[in-house]
Amino acid sequence: MAQDDSDRLLSLLADGQDDFVARWIRTVTSSLAGRLTPAEVQQDLTELYRALLVALRQGDTATKGEAFGEVRSLLTELSRNRARQGFSPTETASSLFALKEVLQSALVEAGDLATYARFCRVLDDLGLYTVEVHAKAREEIISAQAEQLLELSTPVVKLWDGIVGVPLVGTLDSARTQVVMEKLLQSLLDQNATHAIVDITGVPSVDTQVAQHLLKTVVAARMMGAECTISGIRPQIAQTIVALGIEFGDITTKATLADALRHALHRIEQNGAAAGIGGTA
Amino acid sequence: MTDRVPILKIGDVLLVSIQVDLEDQMVMDLQEDLSQRIVDTGAHGVVIDISALEIVDSFVGRMLATIAAISRVLGAETVVVGMRPAVAMTLVELGLSLGGVRTALNLEQGIGALRRTRDQGPVGR
Amino acid sequence: MTSGVGPVEESAAEEAPIVANADVVKARQMVRALAQQARLSLVDQTKLVTAASELARNTLTYGGGGHMRMSIVSRGGKTGVRVAFRDEGPGIPDLDLALTDGWSSGRGMGLGLSGARRLADEFELVSEPGKGTHVVVVKWAR
Repeated sequence: MAQDDSDRLLSLLADGQDDFVARWIRTVTSSLAGRLTPAEVQQDLTELYRALLVALRQGDTATKGEAFGEVRSLLTELSRNRARQGFSPTETASSLFALKEVLQSALVEAGDLATYARFCRVLDDLGLYTVEVHAKAREEIISAQAEQLLELSTPVVKLWDGIVGVPLVGTLDSARTQVVMEKLLQSLLDQNATHAIVDITGVPSVDTQVAQHLLKTVVAARMMGAECTISGIRPQIAQTIVALGIEFGDITTKATLADALRHALHRIEQNGAAAGIGGTA
Repeated sequence: MTDRVPILKIGDVLLVSIQVDLEDQMVMDLQEDLSQRIVDTGAHGVVIDISALEIVDSFVGRMLATIAAISRVLGAETVVVGMRPAVAMTLVELGLSLGGVRTALNLEQGIGALRRTRDQGPVGR
Repeated sequence: MTSGVGPVEESAAEEAPIVANADVVKARQMVRALAQQARLSLVDQTKLVTAASELARNTLTYGGGGHMRMSIVSRGGKTGVRVAFRDEGPGIPDLDLALTDGWSSGRGMGLGLSGARRLADEFELVSEPGKGTHVVVVKWAR
């Protein structure tokens, strides 16, 4: 790439800035069919164009280099925002490629094919970069949603004065157990609850590992000074538990949530409703 | 000479509120001081408030179990109150279940539990 | 026992001697601060600090003192905290036995090493009689 080629491109980009940016904005706005306002597009592209000019002025065309730092950070933000707004990676990259069309007439008609090709390569690299950022942003959104789902799927509810319950639905792995345990134990403190009921009616199967998780939860609750009952043990699950030889030790288990609630109320009554009871760990 | 954990007397209950991260020596001192105070005061109950403790490791865990056992021999019931959720979860993972130590959510419930034990006589264990 | 992919990058490394009881308390506080900096959840912070407390006490009691080195580590987009303890003590003759629950050669409940292993996400123990002990735990932010 000769020095004068580069100079020519730069002066062209600088001289035609207002015109090029205006045409770029028009092209992009129409391609996005009103899903972004012209003002939003204008702000993004004007900044981007300026940063691009600054980067090229430093004489470096390696888009991964330091000169393009500002361009990359602008593109990262743009691509992330678009990903969140539901645009496809193609749409985001196309916005960038639209600048090629804008410049095509000016450069190609002037017979400056080499400069045009070089500029296109820079834009292609940057386009690929937006696709990468887009994919990463989507991954982040998915993992955030998975986490929210985890939170959503484990509500701790107050069943009575001093009694909280967690209806568990779905499979119980160690990540989920940690979330359930944390929420349950915190609610003991918040609700001043001396009894907790973990209902496993919605848990499809209980193996040794799930039983281990349940045991840990019960022991942790006890150490804080609360009694914990496991309820909702369906007949098949009771059979599995016995067949696997799982020891629930001295943990209270009940067939239904109603039984567990009755048991907890009875215990509270025994110990005087006002003071509640300290568990024996 | 290291600091010592203060032991307060309220009626026939001794109250130990652990407010700082304990050095091992302070833990040993507390065990000794508390045994002495139970004998001196003839206290019927001991409440150990650990709500300020951010961690309980196996050393402190063993101290709690030992204090509970010693005070029982001396005729006093011990209740450990205020364990934080994160601490309880960690102890379970560590493999410590504080068997034989009575626990309660907070000071009020701990004292209530001691009072009931006294009124009804020791619960079967 | 390192798992996962990619190289491990390290930052914010700090060292501290473990030669007195007060150093165990200080080690706990330093690890807590670093775990907060690495954005570990409260429960994970508590687990790591507890593991560090067990290991610091081991270094002091069985190793006759040594030092701690901790740092924030990252690998494949994950961030965590690595804490290592090294001593020049007598070493551990039987590692399998030392990692058994309830086994103890001194004071404590014999949960030090085995408990620390359960509390951490990664655990590494190198020890030879006469050559001291080096133990490393890593906890990753979720």
